Amino acid sequence: MKSVGIIFSNIHDQEIKELTASRTLASVPYACRYRLIDFALSNMTNAGITNVGIITKHNYQSLMEHCGSGKNWDLSRKNGGLTILPPFGDNESKMYTSRFEALGNAMYFLRSCSEDYVVMSDCDNVCNIDLSELVEYHIAKAADITVVYRRKYLPLDAEVKTRTQFDLDADNRITRTYIGKNHEDWANKMANILVINRKFLINLIENKEEFDYHSFSRDVLVRGVDKYRIFGFRFDGYYATVDSFQNYYKHNMELLDKSVRDALFRANGASIYTNVRDSAPCKFVGDGKATNSLIADGCVIEGEVSGSILFRGVRVAKGAVVRNSIIFQNANISEGSFLNCVVADKETTVLSGRTLSGHETHPYFIPKGSVI
Amino acid sequence: MKKKKCIAMLLAGGQGTRLYSLTTKIAKPAVSFGSKYRIIDFTLSNCTNSGIDTVGVLTQYEPLILNEYIGDGKPWDLDRTNGGVHSLSPYQAKKGGEWYKGTANAIYQNLHFIEKYDCENVLILSGDHIYKMDYSLMLAQHVSTNADCTIAVIDVSADEAKRFGIMSYDENKRVTDFEEKPQNPKSNHASMGVYIFKKDVLVEQLKRDEEDPSSQNDFGKNIIPYMLTHGLKMYCYSFSGYWKDVGTITSLWEANMDLLGKKPAFDLNSEDMKIYSKNEPLPPTYLGDEAKIKNSIFTAGCEIYGRVENSVISEDVYIGKNSVISNSVIMRGTRIGDNVRISYGMIDESVTICDGAKVGDRESDKNHIALVGRNQTIAKGAKIKSGEVIESL
Repeated sequence: MKSVGIIFSNIHDQEIKELTASRTLASVPYACRYRLIDFALSNMTNAGITNVGIITKHNYQSLMEHCGSGKNWDLSRKNGGLTILPPFGDNESKMYTSRFEALGNAMYFLRSCSEDYVVMSDCDNVCNIDLSELVEYHIAKAADITVVYRRKYLPLDAEVKTRTQFDLDADNRITRTYIGKNHEDWANKMANILVINRKFLINLIENKEEFDYHSFSRDVLVRGVDKYRIFGFRFDGYYATVDSFQNYYKHNMELLDKSVRDALFRANGASIYTNVRDSAPCKFVGDGKATNSLIADGCVIEGEVSGSILFRGVRVAKGAVVRNSIIFQNANISEGSFLNCVVADKETTVLSGRTLSGHETHPYFIPKGSVI
Repeated sequence: MKKKKCIAMLLAGGQGTRLYSLTTKIAKPAVSFGSKYRIIDFTLSNCTNSGIDTVGVLTQYEPLILNEYIGDGKPWDLDRTNGGVHSLSPYQAKKGGEWYKGTANAIYQNLHFIEKYDCENVLILSGDHIYKMDYSLMLAQHVSTNADCTIAVIDVSADEAKRFGIMSYDENKRVTDFEEKPQNPKSNHASMGVYIFKKDVLVEQLKRDEEDPSSQNDFGKNIIPYMLTHGLKMYCYSFSGYWKDVGTITSLWEANMDLLGKKPAFDLNSEDMKIYSKNEPLPPTYLGDEAKIKNSIFTAGCEIYGRVENSVISEDVYIGKNSVISNSVIMRGTRIGDNVRISYGMIDESVTICDGAKVGDRESDKNHIALVGRNQTIAKGAKIKSGEVIESL
């Protein structure tokens, strides 16, 4: 039974304003050599999904450049492959504001494919999940919708808005969905990945006015629990939610732990694919030094790096010190500068002698292209 | 089909016996080089960067890994509708089949490929050199001088000249003399093994040479000397820049070392003329708490916990705690345990070096490289002497 993939590229843009000022959440750089969408795309490719639509809304130029024809994810295909679905509209229509409206824009795509199931994923999740298992489970349960969830301890102070939780019966059917429930306990927390029958989904979208459906989670998942067969699929592997700038920094830094890297990059032998830039190898020159760090190709290290993540083509000059920082592509860290807990966007330059420091919970952000 | 101005024929069939165990299982052009490349990446990338979109790769010796690596040519942008890269191995035909007898015979057996593209010129290349070259400049000179054949030359020292084919030319760059590995070289212009022929001239010469039973069917030994003595228009194209023949363990090691340093002899980081290669989907490289990297290069997929000095580390290499790697080349997929010492070593792909083993010697030099062949395992605490060669499995 075949599935088609749908990826929402903008849906959580508002939550990380710093990094999404000039790009979609999907194209936010992550983990030294990837962008967030690579995880969703690779999970789909690894599950044998060969037809993927990416729903975009705005600022999707960098996303299109990154994805290209999709060949890096094996999605440059005669049948299906990768399709970018920009907002579709005439003079009357507005930019969509909810997942339902976004899917409305993808109706032509959804109608034109022949697959029985639709695997939908947001770009705020970083994980290596076997989606074919999810689809098999969905079929076995004869479900209308199967939602991925994690068993997680939720502390009281967590942000309420991001919480969608479920009660499940013995068969793992969802009996109740809560949104924004705040209590300190173990919970079944929704991960933004689900599978849904394609014809069922088309029917929901076509008749959303009649059903008075506006929000996918609030209306379908909350109000529909008795009406539809909605199941939960528990995922216990490594999973990071990138829903705030703090979490972005925190989850990136988790990758300095080998067990986390193995779980994310080598789970069941499944690789994470990304766009290939053919940079030269990374080079250490003179007294260049790096410890406990992830360093990409094309970097030239003459200074001192520790506890950091350096993307492609970063130059750390002699005497510069980079600690606990995330430095995006082609940044230039000049002689004698000192960085601690900094997130530097693409093509930034830190001039010599500058001292910049944030804190682990509040990293200092340098916007794209800035010279400091 | 639109007529092509120039197509390339890349000679990649040689065994490379002087690379010992490195070429037991694979052809020389497929040997790992410079952290993330294979030797053939340089010539293929040069073709793409020079606007040549049709390349025939002549393979013969152990072609499996090489053919698989080239694939449809995607990594070098050579997956084309009209043209692209094609592997040309010896084949059986109705009137029989035979192995490639020499460089010229290899091209002769594939004349149908050249005729199919109906090109005006043919660029002949070898797949065992490390360099960045814009062939379009050479082609422009070839066309403007209306040459029958243009030969790329590079100036070498008088001492080195004895190892190469040496060209002499007049003030117009027209070739006046050619000697193969002369004892007393008349000039220092060494042939790089890069030729551009007018297609019609090449076809004629190859057919003629094939009928000569005394010929060894070799460009350097037969075709070029014949054309010169028979007064065909032959010119030299002077190339300056980095160029290295990596036919021996020492020269392959040297070429790897030439990539190191702030101002390296051969700069891979320069943005002009990128070298493309097949990039495996590997996680980023992690440098551990006690990792110390000095004057070295590495690429994705590595986990380094030990010390690395003056070395070139390929993809997917693991280096354990308290291990010291110096003046060495470690090829892809190799696992090095804890407390290992490697000095003046060349470790082929997918080798396992167990804890406490010692390969090579700190006091050694480039002429005594310890070589460990692919898929080998070096036992715990074992010692491999400098200059020793361990065969591939």
